[in-house]
Amino acid sequence: MPEKKRKTPKLDELEKGAWPSFVKEIKTAAEKNAMAEDLLGQLERSYEEKIGHWKHGGIVGVLGYGGGVIGRYSDLPEEFPNVSHFHTMRINQPAGWFYTSDVLRKLCDIWEKHGSGLTNVHGSTGDLVFLGTRTEELEPTFKELTDLGFDLGGSGSDVRTPSCCCGMARCEWACYDTMALTYFLTMHYQDELHRPAFPYKWKFKMSGCPNDCVAAIARSDMSIIGTWRDDIRVDNAAVTEYAKSGMNIERDVVGNCPAKCMEWDGKEIKIDNKACVKCMHCINAMPKALAPGKDRGACILIGAKAPIVEGALLSSVLIPFIKLEPPYAELIDLVDRIHEVWSENGKNRERVGEFIQRVGMGNFLEAIGVEPIPEMVAHPRENPYVFYEEFFEEESEENPKP
Amino acid sequence: MAEQASVQEVADAMYKMIKDSMGQKKWKATDLTKAVNELFGERCDKNIAKSAIRDLIESGKCVYTYFGGSFIEIPHKEGAEN
Ligand code: SF4
Ligand code: SF4
Repeated sequence: MPEKKRKTPKLDELEKGAWPSFVKEIKTAAEKNAMAEDLLGQLERSYEEKIGHWKHGGIVGVLGYGGGVIGRYSDLPEEFPNVSHFHTMRINQPAGWFYTSDVLRKLCDIWEKHGSGLTNVHGSTGDLVFLGTRTEELEPTFKELTDLGFDLGGSGSDVRTPSCCCGMARCEWACYDTMALTYFLTMHYQDELHRPAFPYKWKFKMSGCPNDCVAAIARSDMSIIGTWRDDIRVDNAAVTEYAKSGMNIERDVVGNCPAKCMEWDGKEIKIDNKACVKCMHCINAMPKALAPGKDRGACILIGAKAPIVEGALLSSVLIPFIKLEPPYAELIDLVDRIHEVWSENGKNRERVGEFIQRVGMGNFLEAIGVEPIPEMVAHPRENPYVFYEEFFEEESEENPKP
Repeated sequence: MAEQASVQEVADAMYKMIKDSMGQKKWKATDLTKAVNELFGERCDKNIAKSAIRDLIESGKCVYTYFGGSFIEIPHKEGAEN
């Protein structure tokens, strides 16, 4: 039990206001955990001095794994000895983040025994994050986690823990089984998840429909987003009910369709499905009346990332529609070809999106053996000088330049 | 066709490369794979290189480290701990 309560006037400010505060949680943990107590001290010091006091990275991990542990050390170990080591462990979360309360209690017990007791459920990577432990506690924690049926997730230049929305478990709009695919990818890429072999990180994120609840389009190197290719299903009687209950269908549904492909005559909704861009707006607005079509699958997009080394990128279309059912052979074949080309030619710390920008989408597609199609055009052409290979061939063989 | 190199042979060659360049160069898994492919030619493919890396890590002769990206090194005292 820590002896003294620190004065933390700056952190105390963060407890004020309407929202839950991480400071309150750390203070609660500090009542029985010395690491949490020193964490408060170091954090207050950082707020006073406006600089961080963590050193990051290094050599720590569990035997055989190259990911799952993020080394962290205090640069003020004499002052805050209990956080001289403060490593993070990433625990591979179950697909869709489903736990029993019993298992959550057991996870917390493990962490109170071996670490600070502080968790982040869930971190932005998707994993369940254990915050703060010492090097010598890593292997014992890992042993207890594996005994409970859990494993570490990814970190470093590896396949990061795949994550997904709750999909078919809870959501009628899921166009494929996101949880099944997430589990499959996690198991299929175990080697790549635990043994970093890429130029930099690789993230898969799976959303069941274009609402994209896991923000796959912004946060994953490969975004797998559910979609459909037949017509939106319409129940006109239910549309009329919405109108009767006061919804302004013309203004709030038809008027906000980005493709301007809907019409409402007061009795019926008509959709030009060929022009629909599957934005989900109309379906979200009238869930009782409209639903995605029945011919469902996913769109595969490539190249998103948050700004770390370079700026942020959104992913862009690679495969407009694919059926996603076990054994997912077509998807795995595609992913393996991309990994091979990127591993062979990518620079250190170059995400696949940056790699594509550097070599050009045309060269990338050629290298992975995918034909270019109009759906891949991410934005209008900027360069008016377009060269066609056929033109060059004709010129060189039959009509040489003078 | 030449006989395939053994995993042990490739692991030993990788270990030597890492050891000989300690303090001068950090090796990524892809760099090691390329280097042994060059050294052994058609006697070594990607799967042998992958198994060799796995052997080096699981035997504890090498460890993964993280300095911006992931590297493979001979275990040493943690710099950040000092
Ligand atoms: S992304 Fe779509 S399918 Fe998944 S939970 Fe959100 S709305 Fe439902
Ligand atoms: S899904 Fe979007 S684009 Fe398609 S009809 Fe509805 S609002 Fe229009």
